[in-house]
Amino acid sequence: MTDAFISLRGITKAFGAFKAVDDVNLDIARGEFFSLLGPSGCGKTTLLRMIAGFETPTEGDVVIDGVSMSAVPPHRRPTNMVFQSYAIFPHLDVAQNVAYGLRRDKLDKAEVAGRVGEALAMVKLSGYESRRSNELSGGQRQRVALARALIKRPKVLLLDEPLGALDRKLREEMQLELRTLQRSVGITFVFVTHDQEEALTMSDRVAVMSQGKPIQVASPRDLYERPNSVEVADFIGKMNFLPCRRLNGSGEAGEVEADGLGRVPVVNGAECPDVATLVVAVRPEKLSLHADEPAGALKIRCRMQNTAYLGDRSHYVVSVDGLERALAVSAQNADPEAARQLAGGASLWLSWAPDALIALPAER
Amino acid sequence: MSGIGREKNRPLAVYAVLYLAFLYVPVLFLPVFSFNDSIYISFPLKGFTTQWYASMIGNEPLLAALGNSIRVALATAFISTLLGIFAAKAVTRYKMPGSRPVIGAIMLPLVVPEIILGTALLIVIMQAGGTLSLLTVTLGHVLLCVPFAMAVLMSRFEGFDRSMEEASADLGENAWWTFWRVTVPMAMPGITASFLLCFTISFDEFIMAFFLGSTDPTLPVYMWNQLRFPQRLPGVLALGSCILLISFFVIALAEYLRRRSSFNDETAKVTID
Amino acid sequence: MTSATSATLAVDAPRASAWRRLLMRSEALRGYLLLSPTLLVMLGIMVIPMIGMVVLSFWTQLAGNTFDNAFTLKNYADAFTRDMYRILFVRSLGISLLTTFFTVLLAYPVAYYVAFHVKRHKMVWIILMTLPFWTSYLLRVFAWKIILGYNGAINSGLLSLGMISEPLTVLLYNPSAVVITLTHAWAAFAILPIYVSLEKIDRSLLEAATDLGDGPVARFFRVVLPLSLPGIIAASVLIFIPTVGDYVTPSLVGGTEGYMISNAIQFQFARGNNWPLGAALALSSMVIVTVIVMTYVVVVRRLTARIG
Ligand SMILES: Nc1ncnc2c1ncn2[C@@H]1O[C@H](COP(=O)(O)OP(=O)(O)OP(=O)(O)O)[C@@H](O)[C@H]1O
Ligand SMILES: [Mg+2]
Repeated sequence: MTDAFISLRGITKAFGAFKAVDDVNLDIARGEFFSLLGPSGCGKTTLLRMIAGFETPTEGDVVIDGVSMSAVPPHRRPTNMVFQSYAIFPHLDVAQNVAYGLRRDKLDKAEVAGRVGEALAMVKLSGYESRRSNELSGGQRQRVALARALIKRPKVLLLDEPLGALDRKLREEMQLELRTLQRSVGITFVFVTHDQEEALTMSDRVAVMSQGKPIQVASPRDLYERPNSVEVADFIGKMNFLPCRRLNGSGEAGEVEADGLGRVPVVNGAECPDVATLVVAVRPEKLSLHADEPAGALKIRCRMQNTAYLGDRSHYVVSVDGLERALAVSAQNADPEAARQLAGGASLWLSWAPDALIALPAER
Repeated sequence: MSGIGREKNRPLAVYAVLYLAFLYVPVLFLPVFSFNDSIYISFPLKGFTTQWYASMIGNEPLLAALGNSIRVALATAFISTLLGIFAAKAVTRYKMPGSRPVIGAIMLPLVVPEIILGTALLIVIMQAGGTLSLLTVTLGHVLLCVPFAMAVLMSRFEGFDRSMEEASADLGENAWWTFWRVTVPMAMPGITASFLLCFTISFDEFIMAFFLGSTDPTLPVYMWNQLRFPQRLPGVLALGSCILLISFFVIALAEYLRRRSSFNDETAKVTID
Repeated sequence: MTSATSATLAVDAPRASAWRRLLMRSEALRGYLLLSPTLLVMLGIMVIPMIGMVVLSFWTQLAGNTFDNAFTLKNYADAFTRDMYRILFVRSLGISLLTTFFTVLLAYPVAYYVAFHVKRHKMVWIILMTLPFWTSYLLRVFAWKIILGYNGAINSGLLSLGMISEPLTVLLYNPSAVVITLTHAWAAFAILPIYVSLEKIDRSLLEAATDLGDGPVARFFRVVLPLSLPGIIAASVLIFIPTVGDYVTPSLVGGTEGYMISNAIQFQFARGNNWPLGAALALSSMVIVTVIVMTYVVVVRRLTARIG
């Protein structure tokens, strides 16, 4: 990244002997919607809090817009945060909460009221000025927290699972709103979530974290289509894994001998050309089922084990000779008759496109 | 299944009520005799009078002592609560090695006999060439009150949602302003309770005032001096009854504030981290 | 905002910046910084006075308010050898022990009742029982003088009922009057710790004891009492230490028979005008009390460890 706006350089945070964040190097561009994604306890919040200044890195430095933050206390950093618990001041009403950060700007009353009105309009909370936090719903609190942070016109907005406490419908609504808002204000967002779907739909780029380290930093599309490890592939969406042996391979593509599939072409994942033990990963929706033998070379016979009808699509579990684990296949139910036929059929065909199989270094 | 406490235990209940009576009845003799129309404190009661109360109104020394007590109690409550806020905030907010013995040391005046604390302070004040005054009494009272203030405020600050203060820092306020704009307002019930508690303790305190006071007495010392004159006893009873009434009222208020659940607890529920 | 930040960074001397960095890094430092006003004040009004008292106890009183500051152990020799002080020490300890015993004994069932039998209004009970504690100590003690006095409530009440022909003199001005008064005055210090320790007992332990065949009495002595021991110890210590040095109660209801060591201390600081001796008496009593309390705690712990 040439245009690094936030630059994390060798950030480590140790709590005693335990490293919650372990030597993280990340560059985030100006105006980017950047997400930190990972399972609970992987150090997302800790990393975010180090950017905000609430935790001091044991090692490393946070640089924002070219300035090292190591000696800058939280209240002087050009960042603002939306807390996981929202942290709406209970002793102040909505307007006072939103205006909280304006004291230092020494604005007159009318200006403050104007800015507050503007901020509340932005989050669609006009008319709620005199409510207290206990008179607000979860979604409204989240908006107040957002308005309160945005009114400061920060260079960076940090959001720690801001949608975690909302129900599914509101959550999806807010995802869209947040994304639109970010586009319109042009502020760099660093967004923490453990919900992969959320990260994929909202972000420009996502860092998938595991045990204190980002294991892949990429756009949502690359993350899904080209995971660089079994761990990422497993965490993002559904994935079938097949044991295999390398035959040959250099650069982007290669060839492997996979259990059950035989000799097949694969796309090489980021770091696998040099690695000896591999697995082949394939998404359920990249496999297609056929009642009759399809054209093309990449196909194999299989038997239906299980089906699950989900309305818009169906999930199938099929077994292939020579393969220990059954494969998951997912297909759109565009033609209900064909779907029923598939579900009833005992002996079927499985086919895939040449770039559907990804070779990844086997872990463990 | 005869779960414990599910069965009624009548003898125990009767005993508990008797014990409550044992706590309250002796104190009630003060107001009872303060309305008795006799300078002798004995049964049978002679008749109802409010003269002992009326005689307090024009009593200059008593009013002066009352003024002294109020001034000392206000100063004590203010200083102790302030020190209590600092200390309670520090030990509940930061992980500090060695904080347990430090807390123990601050709590020490709770158990050391007041006469020892008082005379020790007296020695140092006199050796330093100081003179006894209401100020020295206040010092003594602060010593007694800081542990109480700290205890009350510690329970208030525990479970204080830390992200509230972080939110304030995040919005650009330094520690000082965060303290005044977030911490203090949110801890206000506890602070008020601490203030009232310290006020009452100081207002009622005798030993420190006795050892560290000058000839300008506080109310308890004034009362103590009056005890030498049997004919003034009913007046002391009237005064004592007033003090008891006020103390009960103030303390009940403090307890109510201290135990009232507040917004603090409610936001804690939303917190997930 | 960043430009402002970088400006201050540039202006700041490296040392100031290092200090700020250290402050940001070290929680302990920030904590102690915040704690420092309180610690300083407590140092000034508690620690230094205590040290002053220790120092003074090794000096000799001269005429007026001056001292001979040559080191001497004479005050302690006096404190431990003179009959009068020995009697006062023993009496003070005896009175405090009895007070502690009775206060805990009387308070335990009430704490038990509130912890196990009161369902809805626990807090009301607790507040009711601690409320008197916050009111004037002087007045609470004085109330007993009215009750126990020669012409007091009990005597005059009994006289007017014709149950006695002349006032009882055994009521006031003796050690038992002091014990009764102190038992009343320090009730809250017994109830609270015991209540807390009882409240903490896991109810399923009691059901387990019942399940294993214990009746209510056996269950009490085998489960409840041992588990509430920390509360009993805390209550004992909280009552024993301060009552040894109590001044108001012996002065008001003790009479010469009920005088305690604090009366002697007060005397040396007032009319006796021998401050070093007063200091030595005060410190000696503290040392004795501390030794007794520590022995008590250790012994009780040992005993229960053996029983358990
Ligand atoms: N103050 C602390 N002291 C010790 N360990 C801590 C502290 N804060 C966090 N940790 C540990 O660091 C690890 C990372 O915590 P963090 O809060 O960053 O996780 P997270 O990724 O935000 O998880 P979640 O999705 O559950 O919020 C956890 O194992 C946690 O137990
Ligand atoms: Mg988190």
